[in-house]
Amino acid sequence: MTMRGLRKRKFTAWIAMSASALATLIGLAVLALILWTLISRGLGGLSLDVFTQMTPAPGNAGGLLNALFGSLAMTLIGFIIGTPIGVLAGTYLAEYGRGSRLSMLIRFINDVLLSAPSIIVGLFVYTLLVTTMGHFSAIAGAVALAMILIPVVVRTTEDMLVIVPDSIRHGSAALGAHPWRTITSIVYPAAKRGLVTGALLGIARISGETAPLLFTALNNQFWSTDLNKPMANLPVVIFQFAMSPYQDWQSLAWTGALLITTFVLALSIIARVLSGRSGDRHTL
Amino acid sequence: MPPTARSRHSTRALMSREARIERAFRGLTLGSAVTVLVLLSGIIATLVHGSWPALSAFKLQFLTTEIWNPVTEKFGALAPLYGTVVTATIAMLIAIPLAFGIAIFLTETCPRWLRGPISTGIELLAAVPSIVYGIWGLFVLAPLLQRHVQPWLIDVAAPIPGIRMLFSGPPYGIGVLTAGLVLAIMVLPFITSVMREVFRMTPIALKEAAYGVGATQWEVVWDVVVPASRVGIVGGVMLGLGRALGETMAVTFVIGNAHRISSSLLAPGTTISAAIANEFTEAVGDLYTSSLISLGLLLFVITFVVIAAARLLLLRLELRTGRMQ
Repeated sequence: MTMRGLRKRKFTAWIAMSASALATLIGLAVLALILWTLISRGLGGLSLDVFTQMTPAPGNAGGLLNALFGSLAMTLIGFIIGTPIGVLAGTYLAEYGRGSRLSMLIRFINDVLLSAPSIIVGLFVYTLLVTTMGHFSAIAGAVALAMILIPVVVRTTEDMLVIVPDSIRHGSAALGAHPWRTITSIVYPAAKRGLVTGALLGIARISGETAPLLFTALNNQFWSTDLNKPMANLPVVIFQFAMSPYQDWQSLAWTGALLITTFVLALSIIARVLSGRSGDRHTL
Repeated sequence: MPPTARSRHSTRALMSREARIERAFRGLTLGSAVTVLVLLSGIIATLVHGSWPALSAFKLQFLTTEIWNPVTEKFGALAPLYGTVVTATIAMLIAIPLAFGIAIFLTETCPRWLRGPISTGIELLAAVPSIVYGIWGLFVLAPLLQRHVQPWLIDVAAPIPGIRMLFSGPPYGIGVLTAGLVLAIMVLPFITSVMREVFRMTPIALKEAAYGVGATQWEVVWDVVVPASRVGIVGGVMLGLGRALGETMAVTFVIGNAHRISSSLLAPGTTISAAIANEFTEAVGDLYTSSLISLGLLLFVITFVVIAAARLLLLRLELRTGRMQ
């Protein structure tokens, strides 16, 4: 090989590897830009009023109290409905049904649901609950969120249970324990961190969801704790306020966006630290 | 009752109680697992049922008609379908090279201590809620494009026949191109994550052998790592594509929501998910609602095929190499 060929090859390599570093820089810069925008536009509107006042009519002062409450309530109910189903389903895939055809199918469908458009879930719950009940309701919103949470929890639960070594299952079985006892008193505790991680990732996933709430919980300008009625929630309020022509509404939307992002990113980071891994393939 | 008999009796009672719980618990886990299948079947059933009125009224013309007129009750999916495909294509054209670069950087050149923080940073892009991408796209990215990028694109493209029409018309800021750009950022972490995983699985021996015969770092990447990761790369890209096709809120903010097909990427348009998000609660009349649900069915079928194909590819990979770690 001639010197010239080598120099050319080294030059190509240098260009390519620099381009890869540049790509990384671009990715990180976009994240920084988004976070900086959120802080610079959202922080100014952050006051006690945000947490104590209702969403205002255009031109009035107000806060996000009803939206924060609604988001919290629906996320919590969605979590309470979805987590047990997700954990139990993940348990089946990892324990009872490990290697079976049915598990293969369920795992595959679950992975598809994990990436499926969330607006489809909104349409589904609309038909299932809103049209049958005759009106939008917080409970329909919570159910929609639960349906989005389930695949996340199923996937993390299974992943976390299969890495528990089989030897301790065998040990428990040798002492005469039924599988359910082995699972609940040996396997679950051993995988505790992982299960908590899964739950946190699930909450992070649903607390920012907007599309499935648009035609289930809808929105409510007023304070409401009635699960049977439309309920305000942060994502839909942000959507409505940001798209409006009113300056004060837009500013509240930014504050809401800052709150929601801080919450979700904090959860993701805690989940990451808990699971002790940087590669987060569970919510792929 | 003698003591031995009693303890035997209670042991048996305990055992049957344990066995009963076992059956119940097992049934509970199985039932929960089957819920996943029920969810999917339920989604398909309601979508098909809900779209029936529109599909039986418009038949296959639903897919080939651009008209979307609530007043005359004539509906066609062509414009949102076009918007969905075009925005997703733009997103992939931008996101694939970026994701490839980031994955290469993270697996090959990045110093070990920086790997964790940088991976986390990129993955946090996936955690940012889509509504936040929407508001950011509308208030930050769109004005930026309108003022600085789009006028330049129009000037540059003007003398080039064929390209000209892609960048014609006034720079609105919002539109198909902006939506594609926001989507690119949103799917970037997903594609990067899969690519990084598969790059990392390249056998070290192969890479060392290539370095041994004098290959440069880039040659190792291009001639060893990439061929060894082909299946995974395609799987990751399709997973990202599935996301891009179905993403709703961010697109709804920045695409302009116009039911028309324009040759210019700078013009407003719509996508399937944006049309549903925008119009569903305001749709009056059964045919209008049913047409929107038909759009949902169409989106579901498209994303299902893409995501299922991606998952099958990645599954094949996992089976070949053991579970991805």
